Amino acid sequence: MPSISIAKAPQPAATNPAQIRNFCIIAHIDHGKSTLADRMLGITGVVEDRNMRAQYLDRMDIERERGITIKSQAVRLPWRSGIDNQEYVLNMIDTPGHVDFTYEVSRSLAACEGAVLLVDCAQGIEAQTLANLYLAMENNLTIIPVLNKIDLPAAQPEKFAIELANLIGCKPEDCLRVSGKTGAGVEELLDQIVKQIPPPIGDPKAPTRALIFDSVYDSYRGVVTYVRVVDGHLSPRDQIQMYSTGVRHEMLEVGVISPEPMASNGLGVGEVGYLITGVKDVRQSRVGDTVTTYNNPATVALAGYKDPKPMVFSGLFPLDGTEYPMLREALDKLQLNDAALVFEPESSDALGFGFRCGFLGLLHMEIVRERLEREAGLTLISTAPSVVYKVTLDDGKKLVVTNPSEYPDGKIAEVQEPIVRATILAPSDFIGTIMELCQQRRGVQKGMDYLSEDRVEIRYTLPLAEIVFDFFDQLKSRTKGYASLDYEPVGEEAGDLVKVDILLQGEKVDAFSQIVHRDKAYAYGVTMTGKLRELIPRQQFEVPIQAAIGAKIIARENIRAIRKDVLAKCYGGDITRKRKLLEKQKEGKKRMKMVGRVEVPQEAFIAALTTDSDKASEKKK
Amino acid sequence: MDLAFYIHIPYCIKRCGYCDFNTYTPSELQITTGLKNITNSYTTLLITEIKSARKQVGERAVVPSIFFGGGTPSLMEAEDIKSIISTIGSEFDLAGDIEITLESNPDTVDKDKLEKFYQAGINRISFGMQSAVPHVLATLDRTHNPDNLYQVTKWASEVGFKEISVDLIYGTPGESKSDWQKSIDAALSLPITHISAYALIIEEGTKLAAQIKRGEVDQVDDDLTAEKYLMADNAFTKFGFNWYELSNWSKVNSESKHNLAYWLGKNWWGAGPGAHSHLNGKRFWNVKHPNLYKQKIDANESPVADSEDLKELQIESERLMLSIRLPSGVEKNTLNEQQILDLSGYVESGHLDKGNWDNGRATLTLDGRLIADRIVREILL
Repeated sequence: MPSISIAKAPQPAATNPAQIRNFCIIAHIDHGKSTLADRMLGITGVVEDRNMRAQYLDRMDIERERGITIKSQAVRLPWRSGIDNQEYVLNMIDTPGHVDFTYEVSRSLAACEGAVLLVDCAQGIEAQTLANLYLAMENNLTIIPVLNKIDLPAAQPEKFAIELANLIGCKPEDCLRVSGKTGAGVEELLDQIVKQIPPPIGDPKAPTRALIFDSVYDSYRGVVTYVRVVDGHLSPRDQIQMYSTGVRHEMLEVGVISPEPMASNGLGVGEVGYLITGVKDVRQSRVGDTVTTYNNPATVALAGYKDPKPMVFSGLFPLDGTEYPMLREALDKLQLNDAALVFEPESSDALGFGFRCGFLGLLHMEIVRERLEREAGLTLISTAPSVVYKVTLDDGKKLVVTNPSEYPDGKIAEVQEPIVRATILAPSDFIGTIMELCQQRRGVQKGMDYLSEDRVEIRYTLPLAEIVFDFFDQLKSRTKGYASLDYEPVGEEAGDLVKVDILLQGEKVDAFSQIVHRDKAYAYGVTMTGKLRELIPRQQFEVPIQAAIGAKIIARENIRAIRKDVLAKCYGGDITRKRKLLEKQKEGKKRMKMVGRVEVPQEAFIAALTTDSDKASEKKK
Repeated sequence: MDLAFYIHIPYCIKRCGYCDFNTYTPSELQITTGLKNITNSYTTLLITEIKSARKQVGERAVVPSIFFGGGTPSLMEAEDIKSIISTIGSEFDLAGDIEITLESNPDTVDKDKLEKFYQAGINRISFGMQSAVPHVLATLDRTHNPDNLYQVTKWASEVGFKEISVDLIYGTPGESKSDWQKSIDAALSLPITHISAYALIIEEGTKLAAQIKRGEVDQVDDDLTAEKYLMADNAFTKFGFNWYELSNWSKVNSESKHNLAYWLGKNWWGAGPGAHSHLNGKRFWNVKHPNLYKQKIDANESPVADSEDLKELQIESERLMLSIRLPSGVEKNTLNEQQILDLSGYVESGHLDKGNWDNGRATLTLDGRLIADRIVREILL
C-alpha cells in the first residue's frame, strides 16, 4: 500500500512546498464527490475503516441529507506516490457545489493549484460543474478530468470522455476512470494528482500572506478559519491581522485537519490548515480576506476579496408571533456561521413582526429557512422572494427596494433590476422548450454550443427576478429533469415593472404585494386572487379579492358570504360534545390573522406565498 | 327541585344509514328471539337505575317531563312503559301538568298500540317522518311508507293525543328543493302541533358517510341546505308553527317542555345505556353498550362511564351556546364589553335583530339562525 503512517508523514510547518499538492474536486451534486473523498480518506489511511461513515466530511445533518456540501473543508492526506515512491502531502479542499456559493467556490479554487473535474459517467457534465470548471480555468488550475461511477451499468465513459476532452482540450484517453464506490482507479488518481498538479510556489521570507477560503463557527471553539499560506509562515505565537479590517487577533491555535483537527507548530508556504483566534463571528474572519501578521504585515493583499452581496430577499415571520425573539436569536446564531446572511427587522400588517432577510440565492434561502426551522424549532412563513430594485423617482431621488411593500406608488422615472447570465446544459432534444421558457421569462439569447452530438450549452441573459420565480423547477419539469442551470450576475437593466397589490375587502395585504413585469401583472393578479379564493374560508359577509396596479383593478374574485354554520341538533348528550367542538373551533380562530374584518387562516398565507415549485419539492420529500 | 327524565331505548329493528345514535339491532346484539323478551328484561334494569337515581338525588324532586327516546321506543310494550312511569312516580313527584313523550316509528305502531301507550300515560307522541319523498327516504335508508304518516297521526289524535309531533330531515343528498317542499306540505297536512326539522348531519362512521366518501352518494351543498331552512321556516310560520328553538317549531303552548329543559340548563336524569344526565352543574353519562350496562346494573354497580364537573366558564359557554338558539336569545347585560363589541358586527350585518339589540337582547334573525355557531364562537369565553 502506498499510504504512509501519519506519524511518519511530513509534518506541518516542516514540509517542503515541493512535497505539497493542493487540489479540489469540482463536481455536481450526486456525481459522487463525497464518496470519492471518503475513499481517499480510507486509501491514504487518515480514517481507519472502522471509523468510516458515509460523507465523512459533510458536518451538518442538512448536508448529509441533501447530499450537498454547503461549507468546505480541507483535509491533509499523506501519500507515497506509486510513480516515484516519494512522500507527499495532498491537501484536498472540498468546495461547495451550488450556484449560490460561487464566490466561496472561487476562493476555494484560489487556494489550489489543481482541480479534479469529477463527472458521473452515467449523466455527463452539468451546468454548475461547467461554471466551476470555467472558474478553475480562469484561476489557471491544472485540471484532471475524471469519470466517476464506472461501476454503474448505465455508465458511458467513452461518450463523456469525448465531451470532457472537448471542454478542456485534452484527449479522451486522458480522462481517468474511477469508482468512488468500489475504489477502482482511486490510487492512480492520487498518483496523477502528484504528477500533474504543480507544487505551490511562495516566498517563505516575505511578510506572511494567507488566504481565507472558509470560516466556520464552532460552538465550543468560536470561529475556525481555514487558510492557505501563500507567503511567509503562521506560527502559534503570532498575533495575526486581517488585511481588510486591520483588526488584530491573538492566535489561540493553528493546525491541520487530517481529518480531525490537529494543532501544529504552524503552517508554512503552500500549506493548508486552520487557525483559531477566539473570534465569535465569521464576519470578522471573512472568506477571501488575507491573514497577515501584526508584527510584519503584508503591504499587498491577495487578490479577489469581495463582500458577499445578497441577491434575493424574503421576509421571514414566525407563525406564532410570540416566537419573534426566538427567531431573532436563531438568526443571530446562524449569522455567526454565515457571513452572507443579512437581516433586519420588518413588520407586516398581515404577518406581524419578522425579518427581511437577504440571501445569495434561492438555495441559500431555502437552507437558511430549513436550518432555522430545524435547529431552532421554529415554524416560519416566508414571503415571496424579491430581488434588489433600484428605483429613480421623477424628482431624481433614488431608492433601493428589496421589499415590494416599500415600492413607491407612481412618479417613477426608471426601475433597474438585476440581470444574470444563465448557462443551461441539456440534451439537444429540449432546445425548443428551453428557448420558449427563456423567452417567456424575458430572456435574451447569447449563444449556443454543442458539447457533444446530443448535448448543448445554451446561454441567455435573464432578469434575476424571473429566475427567482420558479424558473429552475419549470426548467426541470420541461426537460424531464435533464437540464442543469447556472447563473451569475452581470449587472442591471431598466425594466417595465409594476407593483401588483392584493386587496381583501378593499384593504391592501402587504405580504401579497409583488413587483412584476407589466406584461405579467395581469396573470399574477388572476393567479393570486384565484388562489386566495380557494384558501380563505367564507365569512359572514361577502369578501371581494382584488388585484390592483395603483388604483387600477386588474383582477377580481369573490368569496361568497357563508350561509350556514350551525349544527341542527342539540339535545342532552350533544351539549358537552358541541361545547367542546365550539371551543376547539374557537382555538382555531385564534390562529387566524385578521386582515381588516376578514379572518385569514395562517395556512392561506403559507399556501398563497408558496410557488408551485415549492409544492413540487414538497412532493419530492 | 325539578328533575326531568330521559329514558333511552337502545333498540331498533334495523339501523338507518345516516344514524349514529346509541342503538342496536337484534343481529348486532346476536339475539334470535326477537326484541320482545329483551325489552321486557331491559325494563327491570331501567327501574333499578331510576330507584338508585332517587338515592343519588336525595330528595323527591318534582318531575315536569319524561321523554322516551331511542332507538325505537315504540318497540316497547305499553305495560313496560307504564311500569317505568309508575316507578318514576313512586320515587319522585310527577308534576300535575307533566309532559310524557314517546318517540315512535310510524311502521311499528297501530291504533291499538297507540291507544295502549296513551293509557299507559304517554301524552305526547313524536313520529319519525323524516321525508315524504320515497327516494329521499331510500337514501336515508328508512323503510316506512310515507303515506303511513297521515294514518298514524290520525289514529294518535283519535285515541286522545293532544300533542303530536313529527321529525323531518332536510339536506339529504339528492333532495331537491321541490322534494323538500313536498315534505313540508305533507307535514303541514297532518293533525300535528309540533315539528322538528333538522339539517342532516353526515356523521363519521355511518353508512351514509362511507357512501359519500366512496362517491356513491353526492355531497351535500350547504347553501342549498340553508335555503331549505328558509323554506321550512316560511311555510311553518304561515301555518301557525312558530320557531322556539333553531330546529323546532310549534303551535302556541305546544313547545316541548322536555327539550326546553335541555336548552335552559335545567336538571335531568338520563336512564339507560349511553344516556347523559345533568345535575346542578355536573354532567355524567352511562356506559354505552346495553350488555355492559346490564352487567353493571345486575352487579349493583353504578352504570356511569364518566362525568364532568362544569367550571363556571363552561357553564357560561353552555348558557350562551344554548340560549342563543332560542328566540329569547342572550341578555346583553350578561355580556362583557368585548362580547358586545364582537356581536355588534352581526347586528350591522343583519344576523342579530337590531330592535331587540337596542332593547337589551341579542337574538338571532332568520339569517342569523343559520350561522348561530359562528356567532357563538365570537363570544365564547
